[in-house]
Amino acid sequence: MTVKQALGLQHVRLGTYYVVNLPDADDFDFWRERARALVQCEVPPDRIAWVEPGGSGDLFSHGERRMPVPPADARPVRANRRFVQLARNAALHSDTERFALLYRLLWRLQANPRIMEDKADLDVRRIEELDKNVRRDSHKMHAFVRFRLVESDPDALGEEAGEHYVAWFEPEHHILRANAGFFMRRFSNMRWSILTPRGSLHWDGSIMSEGPPAQRSDAPGGDPMEDLWRKYYASIFNPARLKVGAMLKEMPKKYWKNMPEASLIPDLIAGAQNREAAMVEKGALEFEERPDTLEGIDRAIHACRKCPIGALDNNAVMGEGPRDAALMIVGEQPGDNEDLQGRPFVGPAGQLLDVHLEKAGIDRRTAYLTNAVKHFKYVQRGKRRLHQNPGAKEIDTCRWWIEGERAIVQPKLVLAMGASAARSVLGRTVSISKVRGKPIPLEDGSELWVTVHPSYLLRLEGPAREEQARLFDADLAAVKVRLGEVRG
Amino acid sequence: MSSQSVLQKLEILADAAKYDASCASSGTAKRNSMGGKGIGSTEGMGICHAYAPDGRCISLLKILLTNHCVFDCHYCVNRKSSNVARARFTPQEVVDLTLAFYRRNYIEGLFLSSGIVKSSNHTMEQLVEVARILREEHDFRGYIHLKTIPEADPEIVHQAGLYADRISINVELPTDSGLTRLAPDKSAAQIEGAMGKVKADLVEAKDARKRFKHAPRFAPAGQSTQMIVGADAATDSDIVGKASRLYDSFKLRRVYYSALSPIPDASAVLPLKRPPLIREHRLYQSDWLMRFYGYKPAEVMQATEADGNLPLDIDPKLAWALKFREQFPVDVNCASKEQLLRVPGLGVKAVGKILASRRHRTLRLDDVARLTLSITKVRPFICTVDWRPVLLTDRADLRSLLAPKTEQLELFVA
Ligand code: SF4
Repeated sequence: MTVKQALGLQHVRLGTYYVVNLPDADDFDFWRERARALVQCEVPPDRIAWVEPGGSGDLFSHGERRMPVPPADARPVRANRRFVQLARNAALHSDTERFALLYRLLWRLQANPRIMEDKADLDVRRIEELDKNVRRDSHKMHAFVRFRLVESDPDALGEEAGEHYVAWFEPEHHILRANAGFFMRRFSNMRWSILTPRGSLHWDGSIMSEGPPAQRSDAPGGDPMEDLWRKYYASIFNPARLKVGAMLKEMPKKYWKNMPEASLIPDLIAGAQNREAAMVEKGALEFEERPDTLEGIDRAIHACRKCPIGALDNNAVMGEGPRDAALMIVGEQPGDNEDLQGRPFVGPAGQLLDVHLEKAGIDRRTAYLTNAVKHFKYVQRGKRRLHQNPGAKEIDTCRWWIEGERAIVQPKLVLAMGASAARSVLGRTVSISKVRGKPIPLEDGSELWVTVHPSYLLRLEGPAREEQARLFDADLAAVKVRLGEVRG
Repeated sequence: MSSQSVLQKLEILADAAKYDASCASSGTAKRNSMGGKGIGSTEGMGICHAYAPDGRCISLLKILLTNHCVFDCHYCVNRKSSNVARARFTPQEVVDLTLAFYRRNYIEGLFLSSGIVKSSNHTMEQLVEVARILREEHDFRGYIHLKTIPEADPEIVHQAGLYADRISINVELPTDSGLTRLAPDKSAAQIEGAMGKVKADLVEAKDARKRFKHAPRFAPAGQSTQMIVGADAATDSDIVGKASRLYDSFKLRRVYYSALSPIPDASAVLPLKRPPLIREHRLYQSDWLMRFYGYKPAEVMQATEADGNLPLDIDPKLAWALKFREQFPVDVNCASKEQLLRVPGLGVKAVGKILASRRHRTLRLDDVARLTLSITKVRPFICTVDWRPVLLTDRADLRSLLAPKTEQLELFVA
């Protein structure tokens, strides 16, 4: 060692300009080693050019490429864990100034070991920003790499002949190598390759190898599974909740070109308004206001076509009785007579009901009588209109109206006659034999009593009819008693 | 029906799942496929593999095993009386689809739910079977979320927890009366009973693992639930109250809110006006306030307006601050962490940065501006060495100054 060199160790010659060529764009360890030596030799940040492969090295052709050797008694270089963590990640950024920034921070850390805590410092903010960008790019790589299955080499034997999954991805930063582990851990029993413009990775199920930069045309162009995936993507999207901004924020357009589903996006967006309108139209009925008077409901049911019954040639039949009746009696639907006269319970079943009500001591005129379904459902047989039972869906649809009537009349007791009537109050089908004769509390504080429909009695004959008539009377009698109690 | 292709079934059964709010795949045990026979890994944080134009993330293959259903819940597009197209996957078909998608890196795993066919037990068994095939026959180590059927036998639900990362049981509606009215086949007691059972299983499995390293894991990502917002008359106050009771009683990881969405073939019993989407967002924000900002449920309720709902034009934190102006301004240079967390516009991260930085310098308004997203929002509520907002906090029109100027674009201003 010459004297001159020995002197040089002590004091850096003023004006020396160092050029450090990095072997790889993501070689943090190489940077760290050089940076440590340079700090120990007290080379200030503005005297170093960090040049990555492919960088413009000739700009610094006059720079010193040989590293200074730190003095034996040089102080150890200090850096806290937070810095090392951030620096390791920030070094993967594509910003050409990153290594200079890292060095500047390392340099400043020697004088002020707590500088990383000062979040308002410009250098600290910048390294955090780089770190964030790199983490985001890595995260997007985990998310947006799309493997395609390719036919393997037909001559290959054994495992090699198995399926090979190949992806093309364009990372923004030098993150490929750093993320090899993620894909290896996730797809460890699969043969896969990830090709990028910055290099490629190949995993064969046990060994990871690195390859040169690739081109898009090196990767396969499609996979039959993509049709299913696109179908899924289009179906899981709810057009009534279009939020394009939120999507773009998380899935920027630059990634779209390598994601098979992204080609659907413009059409999905463009079609959303129509799909949504169609959905709304199909479920349109809830958009109108329900009238809050009985007269209003009467008018509205005449115009109602919410279910197919309303489209038959018939008349809507409104409930009838005092607006403040304590008892509401609900039947199934108007029959032929009711439809013609426009009043509930005027046909044979209604007449039978009158007889039994009288027997029970209930004055029909004090009750509000109505039906679960407001229109007459029938099939035409020659000149006759044959009664048909309404379906569950029709009852549920028409429930809209009877709920309106209940809300206005606010009866203390509701007597539902028959399964349809019970469903229109409860929203579900119950077995009459199980629930008859005892009250079912309703959410508005009133009570539901369930019995059979009088038309059921009309269909029976002999002893069976007598037996059922007796039970029907018993139900009505119980309602009468309860009515007395709730009226107080 | 068997003539339906997988493509057609997928269309129907993914479409039927699109109203489900939850999609998260995070918070489970860390594992990977090294040393196994299959594929799959979970690394704590879930990955969103794509985003749909509705802004929601796609992380799991979210489908129904079938949308046939013997129940008749009015808010549900799959209810028995609805006229939607029906389809049914076999368990094996779901398994194949999950693996094929997973291998291509489209998804993190599976979120499987189902309409109720035959019986609750039968349906639950089918769900469990899918998870069993994935785990046992394919050594699949990705994420599995099973939506359980509260009416099913607890033993089968327990099985589900042994295979799944997360299990969820929907409470459906925030009020019991809403449930009685809109989901006549369901019962609140049954739902909460099932949640209680799952919680007990979670606790027991955790204890067992403390004692035996190889005790089986039970739903390591815990249980969650979903509530439909806007189908019944419940106010935001009711909803927040219900959610916090659920968090407390059942140790839930998350309560998801799903604004009642227009569904084809809607039931006539549903309300007149749909809730605006922003309402759902406000509820999530209030959830955050409780989970990360130290607000008590009662405090979130204080932020509601006279009708019991959170304001739609401003976020709940700002709403609270405007009601409790005497608590402001907060001095960023000496306030406690708790106080800083109450400042509108300061997030958890920004508060962390302020606390770290003020050990090194006395913060000026400019410094705070650098550490936050928008200083305009924060300024009226803080003071620094060079800033005191006395006038601004007293201004009666503060709310209108801070509320966003343009109306939120709503598709459903019915
Ligand atoms: S039966 Fe009822 S729902 Fe159907 S059209 Fe008539 S009023 Fe409307």
